[in-house]
Order: sequence, then C-alpha cells, then structure tokens
Amino acid sequence: MYGFEAMTFNIHGGYLEAIVRGHRSGLLTAADYNNLCQCETLDDIKMHLTATEYGPYLQNEPSPLHTTTIVEKCTLKLVDEYKHMLCQATEPMSTFLEYITYGHMIDNVVLIVTGTLHERDVQELLEKCHPLGMFDSIATLAVAQNMRELYRLVLVDTPLAPYFSECITSEDLDDMNIEIMRNTLYKAYLEDFYQFCQKLGGATAEIMSDLLAFEADRRAVNITINSIGTELTRDDRRKLYSSFGLLYPYGHEELAVCEDIDQVRGVMEKYPPYQPIFSKLSYGESQMLDKAFYEEEVKRLCLSFEQQFHYGVFFAYMRLKEQEIRNLMWISECVAQNQKSRVHDSVVFIF
Amino acid sequence: MMQWLKNLPEMDLMRSEKMTFVQLIIPVESAHRAVSYLGELGLLQFRDLNDDKSPFQRTFVNQVKRCAEMSRKLRFLKDQINKAGLLSSALPTLQSDVDLEALESQLADHEHELIEMNANSEKLQQTYNELLEFKMVLQKAGSFLISGKSYESAEGRELDENVYPSDYTESDSTSLLEQATQSGPSNSSGLRFISGIIPKSKVLFFERMLFRATRGNLLFNQAPADELIMDHVSSEMVEKTIFVVFFSGEQAKTKILKICEAFGANCYPVPEDLTKQTQITQEVSLRLSELETTLDVGIRHRNAALHSIGVHLSIWMNMVKKEKAVFDTLNMLNFDVTKKCLVGEGWCPIFAKPQIQEALQRATFDSNSQIGIIFHVMDSVESPPTYFRTNTFTNAYQEIVDAYGVAKYQEANPAVYTVITFPFLFAVMFGDWGHGICLLLGALILIAREGKLSSQKLGSFMEMLFGGRYVLLLMSLFSIYCGLIYNEFFSVPYHIFGGSAYRCRDASCSDAYTVGLIKYRDAYPFGVDPSWRGSRSELPFLNSLKMKMSILFGVAQMNLGIMLSYFNSIFFNNSLDIRYQFIPQMIFLNSLFGYLSLLIIIKWCTGSQADLYHVMIYMFLSPFDDLGENELFWGQRPLQILLLLSALVAVPWMLFPKPFILRKLHAERFQGRTYGVLRSSEMDIDSEPGSARHHEEEFNFSEVFVHQMIHSIEFVLGSVSNTASYLRLWALSLAHSELSTVFYEKVLLLAWGYENILIRMVGLAVFAFATAFILLMMETLSAFLHALRLHWVEFQNKFYGGDGYKFKPFSFAALADDED
Repeated sequence: MYGFEAMTFNIHGGYLEAIVRGHRSGLLTAADYNNLCQCETLDDIKMHLTATEYGPYLQNEPSPLHTTTIVEKCTLKLVDEYKHMLCQATEPMSTFLEYITYGHMIDNVVLIVTGTLHERDVQELLEKCHPLGMFDSIATLAVAQNMRELYRLVLVDTPLAPYFSECITSEDLDDMNIEIMRNTLYKAYLEDFYQFCQKLGGATAEIMSDLLAFEADRRAVNITINSIGTELTRDDRRKLYSSFGLLYPYGHEELAVCEDIDQVRGVMEKYPPYQPIFSKLSYGESQMLDKAFYEEEVKRLCLSFEQQFHYGVFFAYMRLKEQEIRNLMWISECVAQNQKSRVHDSVVFIF
Repeated sequence: MMQWLKNLPEMDLMRSEKMTFVQLIIPVESAHRAVSYLGELGLLQFRDLNDDKSPFQRTFVNQVKRCAEMSRKLRFLKDQINKAGLLSSALPTLQSDVDLEALESQLADHEHELIEMNANSEKLQQTYNELLEFKMVLQKAGSFLISGKSYESAEGRELDENVYPSDYTESDSTSLLEQATQSGPSNSSGLRFISGIIPKSKVLFFERMLFRATRGNLLFNQAPADELIMDHVSSEMVEKTIFVVFFSGEQAKTKILKICEAFGANCYPVPEDLTKQTQITQEVSLRLSELETTLDVGIRHRNAALHSIGVHLSIWMNMVKKEKAVFDTLNMLNFDVTKKCLVGEGWCPIFAKPQIQEALQRATFDSNSQIGIIFHVMDSVESPPTYFRTNTFTNAYQEIVDAYGVAKYQEANPAVYTVITFPFLFAVMFGDWGHGICLLLGALILIAREGKLSSQKLGSFMEMLFGGRYVLLLMSLFSIYCGLIYNEFFSVPYHIFGGSAYRCRDASCSDAYTVGLIKYRDAYPFGVDPSWRGSRSELPFLNSLKMKMSILFGVAQMNLGIMLSYFNSIFFNNSLDIRYQFIPQMIFLNSLFGYLSLLIIIKWCTGSQADLYHVMIYMFLSPFDDLGENELFWGQRPLQILLLLSALVAVPWMLFPKPFILRKLHAERFQGRTYGVLRSSEMDIDSEPGSARHHEEEFNFSEVFVHQMIHSIEFVLGSVSNTASYLRLWALSLAHSELSTVFYEKVLLLAWGYENILIRMVGLAVFAFATAFILLMMETLSAFLHALRLHWVEFQNKFYGGDGYKFKPFSFAALADDED
C-alpha cells in the first residue's frame, strides 16, 4: 500500500520499533491514574509510582518529597529512554529523533534569553531547562545582547541556525521580540520537520504530516488567542502561522483578522476535525481549550501506534510521555497543595 | 488387579501434596508475631483478601512505607561502602537483637552522619582541587608568560591604538583564592590576560566561542595538564587543559569571563612577576600538602564508620526485608467486624497443619495474648495450588516438567518418570562413552563444589548448568551406557567384552572391505560388534538397529503415557474416561504400533528377513492377501485383520459415546431437581458472596462434542506422527556418531599421518576444540532439546493437563532466594 517499507524497515528500524512499543506499554493506564488521584500525600504517589516503570528512578529518593523531584525523575527516565534510542538509531531515523528535540531547544533558548533579560542567575535557569533541549553552548546564550549576536555567537553551531534566517535583526531583545522569535523559530522548525517527513515518504510521511498539521493548527489558534489585544499587527500575526496544516491557507486568512475568541471559534468550527473540540467549550471560554486540544492530540498520537513500519511512533511516544509527565506534575501539585477537587481538571488519560 | 493397583504404596512425587483451605483469626496483638513465625515455617500461602484496594489504602501502609524508607537508607549505606571500596564482610556473629524502632533511629543517625561527612569531605576535596588546579595553572601559565614576553613587546606596539586605558583590574576569581593577589597584567601595552583551566573535551569549542565573541582580537595559548583532576559533579577523573587568553579591552574581559563561567572553566590569577610567582607556588604547595593530610584523616575516619556499619549491614538488610514481607502479608488480611482480630485465608498442605498450629500457639504464648489464634479448615471453590516436595536431586526434573506447565492439583506427575526416561532418551541420541565420561567429569565437578557454588552468584549460563547438575549426571551415566552398547569411544570401537565374532577369510585380510568377513563364533556379548566398524554394511546395520529401537522406546513411552491417563481417571473417579477414552486409545495405538513393535521383536529373535514396511503397508492396503515370504509367524494374517478391525472400531468408540453420555447425565441431573432446592441454593449463594459454592456450568453439547472430536482426531493422527517423531532418536544418534567419526578420521588421523610435530599438534588442537565445542556443547544442547520435546509433546500430551498453579508459601527463605 505504501511502497515496500514492510520488506526493509526491520533491517534498521525493527529493534527500535520494538523498543518503543515496549516503552509504550509501560505508560500509565487509567487505572493507575485513578489510584494516583486518590493519593493523600506525595509519598503515596511515590509508593504507587515505584510499582510502575518509574520504580528504579524514584525508589532511592529520601522521603520529604517535592513535586519537582518527581517530575525531574520522570523526565530523567524519558531522557534515558530517548538517549538509548538515539544511540541505536541509524540514518535517517537518528535525524528524525533529533528533530523531535528541536522544539525543546527553542523553548530552552527562549527561557535562557528571557531569564537573562530579567537578570536571573544562569545556573538557576539551566536547571529549569528541559534536558532534551540541551546543547553544549547553551550557557553562553547569556552573553548575547541582541538577536544578531545571539545567532552569531551561539546558535550558529546548533541545528536551530537555519531557522534563524527570518529573525536576524539588530533589535534589542525584549519580551515581545523574544516571543515573536520563539514563534518564528517554531514555525520554521515545524515547516522543516514537515518537509523532512515528506522526504522520508511512505507511512512515516502520511502519519507525521497528520500529526504535524495538527500541531501547526494548534499553534496557529494559540498564537491568535494570545495575540488578541496586543500590538501585534495582522500581517505580523499571519507571518507566524506555519505554511501547512488543515487551516492553510484560507483558515489563516480568517484567523489573522480575528479580534476575540468567539471569532476564532467561528473560524475553527468550519473545519470538521476541530468541530468537536470547540463544541465542547462554552462561548467565550478559552481555559479548557488547552485540555481539549491535548485530549485530541493524545487520541491522534495513540492512533499512530496502530500502524507498523513508520517513525511516527517515536514522535508519538515522546509526546505521550511528555503528556504523562504533565499529568503527574498536575496530580502531584494538586496533592501537594491540597486541591484534590481539581485533580481531574487537567489530567488527560492516555489509554 | 484393581485391588492390587489401589493398594500400591503411595509415591511421594506422583501426586502433589493434599492441600487444604484454612482460615486464621488472629488477635491484633499477636498478629505480627504469628505472621513472622509462619514466614519462618514457610508452609502457608496467604490469599489476598484486599485485592480491590490499592497499596496505600491498606491497613499497614505506614509500616510498609517505613520499611521501604529504611531499605532505602540501607541501600544508601551499602552504596557508600561499595564506593569506599570496603568489602561488606558478612560476619553474622554479632546477632545483636535490635528491634525495628531502634534500628530505624540508628539508621537515620548513620545516614545523617555519613551525609555530613560526605559534605565535609566534598568541600575539602573541592578546595583541594582548586588548589591543585591553581598550582598547575601557575606552572604552565608562568612558562607562557615568560616565553610570551619576548614577542609581546613587539606585538604590543601594533595593538597600541586599540588599547583601552586600564589602571586597575578587579579580582576575577570567585574561588577562595581571594588573598592570592590578582595578576595585574598592566604592561605598558594594556594587553591583559586571563588564565584558567578547562576540561579537555570543551577546549575546542571554548576557543571558537572566545574567538567569535572578541572578533578574533585575542591570543589563545593552551597546554595539557599533567595530572587528572577529579570533577566534583560526577566524581570522575577528567583530563583538563590549561589556557591563557591574551586580550585587550574592558568589554572583552566581561565577555570572556562570562564565557568562562558558561563553560565551567575555572580562572586563576597568575602574577607576572617571577618572584611573586614562585612565592605563591610555594604557598599553594604548602597548603596542598596540609589539605592532603586533612583529607586522608577524613577518609580514614569515614572508612572506620563505614566499616562498623558494614559489619551489621547484611543482618539489617535481612531484617528489614523480612519485616517488610511480614507487613505486606498483614496487608493481605482483613479486619473482622469487631476490629480486634485479623482474618486471613490461605492454602496449606495437610501435613503442615500441626506445624502451623504449633507455630501459632507459640506466637500466642510469646506475645502474651489472652486469646488464642483460631485456625480452621474451610471449603473453597478454587482449585488448590500444586505443591511437590522435591529434594535437590528431583528438583531439576520437576523444573523440566513445570517449564511446560504446572500440574493440576493431584494430577499424575510426569516428573517421576522423567527422572529416568529423560536422561535415557538423551543418551540414546548422545551414545558415546568417551563423550559421556567428559560430561560425567563436568557433572561431578559441579556436584563436588555444590556447597561452594550454591552460595555464590553465578552467571546465567553457569546458573543453568549448575541447576541441572543432577540431570547432567544421569545424562552422562546413561550416555556411557549407551556408548558401550553402540561401542563408540570418541567414535572408535574397542574390544572390551571379548573378541569379535567375525574374522577375515584369509590371513592377508585383503578382501575384508569388499567381500566381507565370516562369523566364526558366538555373537559379541554386549553391544555392537567392533568389526562392523568401517564395513560396507555398517550404516545399514546400525540404522536398522537404531530405527527399530527408537520405535520400541516410543511405543513403550506412549503406552506409559496412556497408562498414566488411566491412573488419573481412577484417581479422580472418572469411569467414563476409562471406558470411552483409555480403552479405545490403548486398542488403537497397540493394534497398529504395538503390533509393529511385536513384529520387530519377533524379527530380532528369529532372524527372519521379512520386510516390515511391506507388512505394515499391505496390512492396510490389502489385508486379505497372502503375506508370502514376509510371514513371520503362523496365523499372522487373521491377527492382522483382527487388529485392523479393532483399530477401526476404536476410532468411533473414542469419538461418539462420551459426549452423548455426558448429555444424558446432565439431563438426568436436572430432572431430579425440584424448584425448592434450586431456590434455596440460590439464596445460599446470595447470602454468602465469594464463599465456596459450586456453580453449575451451562452444558453446551456442541462444544463438548467439538472438543471430543478434536481430542480424538488429535490422538489418531498423533499416534502416527508421534511414533514417527521418535525416529529423531535414531537421526540424532546417527548424526552424532557420523560427526565424531569425521572429526576423528578427517582431522586427528589425517594430522597424525604427517611426521611433522607441528601439524600433529595443530590437528590435535582442532580435534580437541571440535570435540569440546561442537560435540560436547552443541550436540548436548540439541540432544537435550530433542529429549525435552519428546517428553513435553509425545509423552505428556497423552495424559498431562498442566493447567494448575504453583504453591507459593509466604516464606522468609524464599524471600532471601528471591533477592539473589
């Protein structure tokens, strides 16, 4: 159906696909979440998690536990798994796996630059960075004063360099500029990733283009909602939308002129796949939108495991794991702050 | 006959232990003690009564958590001891009876103390590292400065115009070396420098970054450090590189310092003045040696503390592990209504009841409880677990059977027969007494060192070998026996049991391999005559022998399997299975292949030349034809017709009656039942949910019939294919002997034909390796697997259900094994 991947895929990708599917079966299930939601203290959570795949990572933690420790250790597990897979991967899968981390790299760059702008300690900022998005010279980011320097000094060595071509200006760094830089970078990144997947062809292209299109559309909606009421012009806003996805190009035209959330809703409801997401929300509400999008994303990611012989499963697994860590973070926060009534608000069950 | 069978003494291994379902009602105050006594006894399997509760909703969750915390501390201590390179000497002499609370506080103290010590020594270590780095920087950078002086003056003039005015520099070092005077660079040109040290892996990148940041206006000098320096994050020794950057300008300086910080490079000031340099060097060396002694003392102190912990560590770990297991078990119990007693349910073997009662009484007494522990037997719907009392010898054989499936409760256990048949069938395929002796030596070594090997941790391969040492022993003994019968010693025949029965026709013996030999006396007394070796008819003779032998063994073993199904039916009082399954199966198998075996034996005894293939095939194709020269005994033809008919009758016999009779029985059972009884039984079920009541299953005729059909077809086809499957005995035996002949003749004898000692040695080495790895290892493995298959499939499918579950008692001994 999709060429002949089935014949040759397993030569290089078989082992890793088996690994990733094995990892997937280690994801927490709805029963686990139910148990976790009933926990009274963080120690209970630890106790429950030690019975799962997270066991070896948490069992040696001394008892007064913090949410950050739990999240840190869970992330560490994800990073270990990722590194193992990356070590085993050959071309083009290793490139594919590296692409997955670029998003975190962008976030980290923005985090450090914003942090230094507000004169925070670099070490402290580094600890907050996502370990998947680390690169060698990340600490040097603090040296840069403006975009051009940022690029010339540090980023030219990183994989993010090509994405920077659109935002090299001599402007000083400020919050607004950084946010625009983040979105420009992200747009370039998504487009590049999309191109890469198209080049790979076969089932990978098919599945990844669907997942990336969803990602691009979600970003477009988020950019629109976040830029409502700011000084960002319509043209600038349109420039930030990625040039693919279900909304491209007509949806983008309409989104670019939206002035409030209900207009966004009007635009989105024209697209059948997004209709159920928005129909769940009441008018004028954007709080629950994130969760609705996450749920939809999880559903799509899980579906990608239904097909074999493609790289989409790696992307899906990493995303699902990140969602799981977000869930754990939310649950632990709720437990730690005695807000158990809200525990279900933001948890997205994966299975 | 029946009476005699029933009065046979009971075989221990034949049936699993009789189990009983018991209930314990334990007063809270003696619960802990009672459970730990039961753990020491290790004969009671608790059932989890709180299956629906998650672990942290159970009663003793806090104690479990405390135990987990304690074992975490113990792991930390063990880790520290291992890191310090101390051997945790297992000295169980000091059986200091600490109780758990005391241990908990003690552990907390130890951990606290250790963490503090670690922090201190880490601080010291860091200072030491910094000083060491400083010393190196002083040595290396000093030499740069001196050599740099000469061209500096020349270069300085060119740089003059870009120089920023600089009259002072602040201290750039954030280390504790503030008192060390900052290098005032300040030669006239305004050219300044920063010196420091950086991990070697980062140098290239660091230099590039500096170059970019200052737009090339710098001079970068580097030299590798002489010693490895400990990295304080990973506590590994890393190679570092010392650098000196010359630059000009204040702005560049801040940039460079920031970059240094970002790269984790430590900067140290180096004075330009030579005398000052030597002075500082001396100071630093002095402090270094001081620190070294302090560090040494600290480490010695720490090691002493760790050593004192290490003495107790294994005892403590054991204790905490037991304690945790006790609380985990207590968590499986339920509170009764009054909340004063714990109720537990579980399985125990009947023979263990007095022991358990005694342990419970002891617990009541020791904990000064007013109320005794109630221990009584209950009914259960569940089928009981299977428990065989094995010893070190039978254990491996039981494992072989269990690997296929754990026996149903009280089902006939094939392990009883496997003890002998398994090694024997292996040996039929591996018959060579030379190889057998090698295996025997291996097995004897393993058994002789049993005590030593069982206490230490082995690799997975050795573990397997060691676990099967008694299997290996019997396998080797039997292969020596079979090897003697086949008369092969590394494929060479010997005249062990007297002379050969054959001799040459004349003295020159020239036609021995073409025309043949003549028999001049009685047959060789034991095994194969050595004169067959190398003759033209060697292969046809041996093949015929081994092939027929395989069929005899196969038919015998399959008959044993069917007989066991008979014993099972008798044991479970299932006369239906005897009449409509066992009898037709016996008839079917024996009328075809039993008859073949009979023919083989007659042929061997009489020396007849009849073609058995022909007899068997024409028995089906034309049973009424005359046998002609293939007739072996009088009345063979009518017997064959009779056997064929009975085999034909046996097939519908095992297929049809059983399902119909089952249906009839089912219908009868329901006719006799009144509505009243039905209702009362339903009410019973309602009032006691989860209690032991036998639920009638819906009778589905078509399902039963299809099941019976599958079973019959499987048996009928199976008896043909299984008999054929036993021919693997012949095939593997042939392969083994041919392979060893090849290695002997084509390698050893060929090499021996040369006079050259070197070639002989090489030939010997190749022969030895081939024997060891191909014949002793690969062939053993393959013969083992084939013997395994013959037992699992051909033998056990005749009678073995294998759908039971193992008895897993709560036992401290098993706990200790688990961890290793």
